Amino acid sequence: MESSPAVRWILRLGTGAALLFVYVPLILIAVYAFNVNKVPTWPPTGFTLDWFRVAVDNSSVREALLVRIGAGAGATAVALVLGTLLSFAVVRYRFFGRETISFLVILPIALPGIVTAVALSNAFVTFGIPFGLVTIVIAHATFCIVVVYNNATARLRRSARSIEEASMDLGADTLQTFRYVTLPRLRSALLAGALLAFALSFDEVIVTRLTAGALKTMPLWILDNYLRPNQGPVVNVVAVVVLLFSALPVYLAQRLTSEGGSGPNR
Amino acid sequence: MTSDRAVRPALSGDSGRRRALSGLYRRPRLQLGLLLSSPLLWLVGAYLGSLILMFVAAFWRLDAFSGTIDRSALTLANFEEILTTPVYRDVALRTISMAALVTIADAVIAFPVAYFMARVASPRTRGFLIVSITLPLWSGYLVKVYSWRLMLLPNGFLDSLLSPLGLSGPGLGDVAVWLVFTYLWLPYMVLPIYAGLEQIPGSLLEASSDLGARAALTFRRVILPLAIPAVVAGSIFTFSLTLGDYIVPGLVGTGTQFIGTIVYNNVGIAGDLPLAAAYALVPVTVMVAYLLIARRTGAFESL
Repeated sequence: MESSPAVRWILRLGTGAALLFVYVPLILIAVYAFNVNKVPTWPPTGFTLDWFRVAVDNSSVREALLVRIGAGAGATAVALVLGTLLSFAVVRYRFFGRETISFLVILPIALPGIVTAVALSNAFVTFGIPFGLVTIVIAHATFCIVVVYNNATARLRRSARSIEEASMDLGADTLQTFRYVTLPRLRSALLAGALLAFALSFDEVIVTRLTAGALKTMPLWILDNYLRPNQGPVVNVVAVVVLLFSALPVYLAQRLTSEGGSGPNR
Repeated sequence: MTSDRAVRPALSGDSGRRRALSGLYRRPRLQLGLLLSSPLLWLVGAYLGSLILMFVAAFWRLDAFSGTIDRSALTLANFEEILTTPVYRDVALRTISMAALVTIADAVIAFPVAYFMARVASPRTRGFLIVSITLPLWSGYLVKVYSWRLMLLPNGFLDSLLSPLGLSGPGLGDVAVWLVFTYLWLPYMVLPIYAGLEQIPGSLLEASSDLGARAALTFRRVILPLAIPAVVAGSIFTFSLTLGDYIVPGLVGTGTQFIGTIVYNNVGIAGDLPLAAAYALVPVTVMVAYLLIARRTGAFESL
C-alpha cells in the first residue's frame, strides 16, 4: 500500500521534528561547554576552550573519570564472561528452565531502576560489604549481563553448529574448536556487547548512586556539582565527556553488529 | 583415539588434557553445568537473592530510638504505614499517572517516526534513522536531564526561543518532569513499534485495498490492530523506567515527590531501609500487573 503524498509529507515532518527534539538538548550541552559566560544564558556571548583546561586541572573530575573507567571495565569483564557462558547454554542446550533464564537475565533492567538499586543496596548493608568500587562493579555487572547475552545469543543462533562439528571431526579438541572456529565468528558480537555494556555502565546513575557510597563516578560528580554556581562551566565540560564516553561505544557497537546484518539489538 | 593422534600429531597436544576434553565432549550435562554454574550463581545468588532479601527487609522495622534496623522480628508495620498514610497513596497514584502520561506522549510521537522508518523511508534513510534513534538510547542519561535543566531555567534556551512568540517555557516543575521523561524514553518506544510495523506483510495491505478499503480504513482496521502489541511492548519500558526514576524529579522538578524520590530518601537520608523496601514493592506490583496485562496482548513476542 502506498501512502498518499500528503501523508508522506506529514510523516516526514513528524520524523524531522522528533529528531530535532532528540538532538537539540545534546547539541546544546556541547555548545554550553564552550560558552564564555559562567551563567548558562542563551544565546552564548562567546566561545572558549578554557573550561576544558579547568576541568582537566580539577583533581575531583580526574578521579571521577578514573573511578568510572575502572568500574566500567570491571563490570564489562564480568558481564562478558557470564553473558557469553549463559548464551552458549541457552542456544546450544535444551534443559528445564531455559525460558526462565532469558527472563531472569532481563529482570535487572526490566524492573524499575529504584527496585534494583534498593535490593542491592540492602543486600550490601545486610552482609556488611562496604560501598565502593567492588559494590559498583557487582551492581553494574548484574544489569550489563543482558547486553552481552543478547548480542552473543543473536550471533550464536545464526551460526550453524555444523562448522564446529566439522572442526571436531577433523581432530580439533573442544578448546581448539572454541578458539579457532567459534570465537572468531562470535568476536564482533562480543565486542559490540562489551562496548554497549561499558556505555551502559558509564552512564548509569540510578543504581550507582545507591551503591557507590562515598566514591564519585563521573555522572555522580555532575549531580554533586550542578548546583554550585562556580562549577557550572566545568559541569558542562564533564557532561560532554560523559556523553562522548557513552555515545561512542554505542555507535561503534552499532557499526559492528550491522556489519553482520543483524540490525539493532533492541 | 590412537589412530587419531597418529594422523594429526600437531593438534593432539598433551594427551591428559585431550582425554579430559574428549570426556567432557561426551558429557553434555557436565558441559551445561560448567556453562551455567557461574552465571546462575551470580543472577540467582546475587540478584534474585537481593530481591528476596529486599522482600524480607520490607517486614523489618527501623527502631526509632536507636536508629538501627531490627532484624529479629517480622512485622507488617511498614505496609500499614504505607497504606494508611495519605501521602504514600497520593505519591503512588501521581507516579502511575505520570508513567501513563509519559507513555501516551511517547506513543504519539513515536508512531509517525516508526511508521515513516518502516513504510516510507528509503533503505539508506532507514539505516540513518535507526542509528540516530538508537544512539541516544544508552548514552548520556544524566547529561540529557542536565541539559534540559539548563534549557528550562529562566532565560534559558526555551524562554529565548519562545519569547518572540510572546510565550515562555514551562520552567521547572511537574510539566518539566513529564517533558523530560517523555524525551528520555522516546527511543524505547520508537524501536519496538518500528520492528512491529516492519513485520506486517505488504500483501495484507494490498488485500485490504483490493477489497475496496481506502488508506485510512486500512490503517485503522489492519495496521493499527497489528501494531498494538508493539506499542504495548514499548510501553513496558516507558512505564517501568518512569516508575523507577528519582533523578529527573530532583533535577527538573520543584520538590514534588514520586515513588522513586520517596524510596531514595528513605534509603539515603532517613536511613529507613525497611520502609524503602516496602515502598519499592509498589512499583514491583504495578509492573507485575502491567506485564500480566501486556502478555495478553501478545506484546512479549514484540520485545
